[in-house]
Amino acid sequence: MSALSLVPNADRVAADAAALRAPLAIRGLTVSYGQQPAVFSVDMTLRAGAMTAIVGPNGAGKSTLMKAALGIVTPLSGRITAFGAPVELQRHRIAYVPQRASVDWDFPARVIDVVLMGMYRDLGLLGRVRAHHRDFARDCLDRVGMTDFADRQIGQLSGGQQQRVFLARALAQNADLYMLDEPFAGVDAATEKAIIAVLKGLRDEGRTVLVVHHDLATVAEYFDDVLLIATRKVAEGPVTQVFTADNLQATYGGRLATQQIDRLPGAGA
Amino acid sequence: MGADFVTLSLTPILIGALAAVACALPGNFLVLRRQALIGDAISHVVLPGIVVAFLITGAVATLPMILGAACAALVAVALIEAVRRLGRIEPGAAMGVVFTAMFAGGVLLLEQSDTSSVHLDVEHALYGNLESLIWLDASGWGSLTDPVALAGLPPELGRIALTLVAVALFTGIFWRPLALSTFDEGFARSLGIRTGALGLALVVVSALAAVAAFDAVGSIIVIAMFICPPAAARLMTDRLGAQVGWSVVFAILSAILGYVLAGYGPGWFGLGASVSAAGMIATVSGVILALAAVFGPRRRGAIVAT
Repeated sequence: MSALSLVPNADRVAADAAALRAPLAIRGLTVSYGQQPAVFSVDMTLRAGAMTAIVGPNGAGKSTLMKAALGIVTPLSGRITAFGAPVELQRHRIAYVPQRASVDWDFPARVIDVVLMGMYRDLGLLGRVRAHHRDFARDCLDRVGMTDFADRQIGQLSGGQQQRVFLARALAQNADLYMLDEPFAGVDAATEKAIIAVLKGLRDEGRTVLVVHHDLATVAEYFDDVLLIATRKVAEGPVTQVFTADNLQATYGGRLATQQIDRLPGAGA
Repeated sequence: MGADFVTLSLTPILIGALAAVACALPGNFLVLRRQALIGDAISHVVLPGIVVAFLITGAVATLPMILGAACAALVAVALIEAVRRLGRIEPGAAMGVVFTAMFAGGVLLLEQSDTSSVHLDVEHALYGNLESLIWLDASGWGSLTDPVALAGLPPELGRIALTLVAVALFTGIFWRPLALSTFDEGFARSLGIRTGALGLALVVVSALAAVAAFDAVGSIIVIAMFICPPAAARLMTDRLGAQVGWSVVFAILSAILGYVLAGYGPGWFGLGASVSAAGMIATVSGVILALAAVFGPRRRGAIVAT
């Protein structure tokens, strides 16, 4: 190793300083299922108080990146910090909404039971669910427009209603960083609007929102920042600078025709 | 319901009911995790575990047998995982292969080893010996307060009662993380719940219940009680707590009804000897499940989506 590499690079120092207190900072993350890496050597720094989308083709490692950041899957290598400390120490500040299809909605629980799960860290193993817990859970349901469904069995909900319940559970976590995996997949237009309104509300309160997103048409409308990945990181930064035809072409390869890109709002060539 | 009942039927019914509940409690979570076959697997692999423990120690002692069976259960879980990953076989098939092979191995071991001097045979393994767990020291209901008679209670009763306490404590203390990780494993992990360790603990507790119950009532009841009462209970309610409550009721009902039907049922129809209590208890639990599937308020098709 030459002595030169030890001289700090000004850009690098600035980036590390930002990463030190960023809601989420990832360095050199590689995750693999079997032989193929799903995420390869990705760096990213989340901007506090912004809404960021993770965008990329199917199988690009979007969900995997999020799961690794949460400690749900174990990476091969990489360093992940949240608010300047290891994620394990910051779990109380992070809320997570998994993909709706990842759970069995036949599970014997009512809507309110699922929302109360968001207060697990408060309740602990044996803490009693008290009136103020229930009240807060109902508040969270109210914010997603599901108050009337509190006592409904979760299997009786539509896809959009299930997604709202999941969001209410995340609200019950009362976190500083919200991570949502494909929250708009298979939901109706009204639910999509309701969800985005809640997320923007969180952002306006100074909280940070990270969303795995697959609809290129709404990226510019919904998000402040975007991370483009295709196993490797293609680009990250404000949507206005990064969400360009060239970057999208690099992310999706030949899978996205030029005319499609031209029609995308905010993705001028 | 006199002195004869206390001497001959009270303890077998109690032991049957306690064993049924001890299996039904973890069975609720196994069924909801679509791991019902794990219960089946555990109850089968208990046999080779017990035989190996017997071959090593040369005696039918409880502690080595429980240890042997618990080890066998863990080996089985590891093997199932290995077959599933290395063979790229779906979990159900992997469980089927492992527990059948291990049970068969246990039968072969049992045949080859000299167990003629002790009470250990395949029939015993399947049906248990519930009818023989009688309370000879009892002379009537009064014996329940007589310390001398109480000392003569079959040791299986104390063992299964202790096991039930342990199983109930585990279920009660870890209720919340168990429910959370069963419903949404990813979310549970994001909260810092160690879902892998919890899942393994559930299997070990199930194995504990299976071993203690196996000792008293044989593997048929164990298999039935892991699955039938929880599955029937799921058709009665949409709440986890209520489901577990129903499963306990169904387990106790199966044990009592099954034992009474086995002992007295054939007589009512003018038939001679009584039939296997273990077999009848398992049958009753199956009938309860069938009734719940037809009449349960939460059966498929009974709920009108709105």
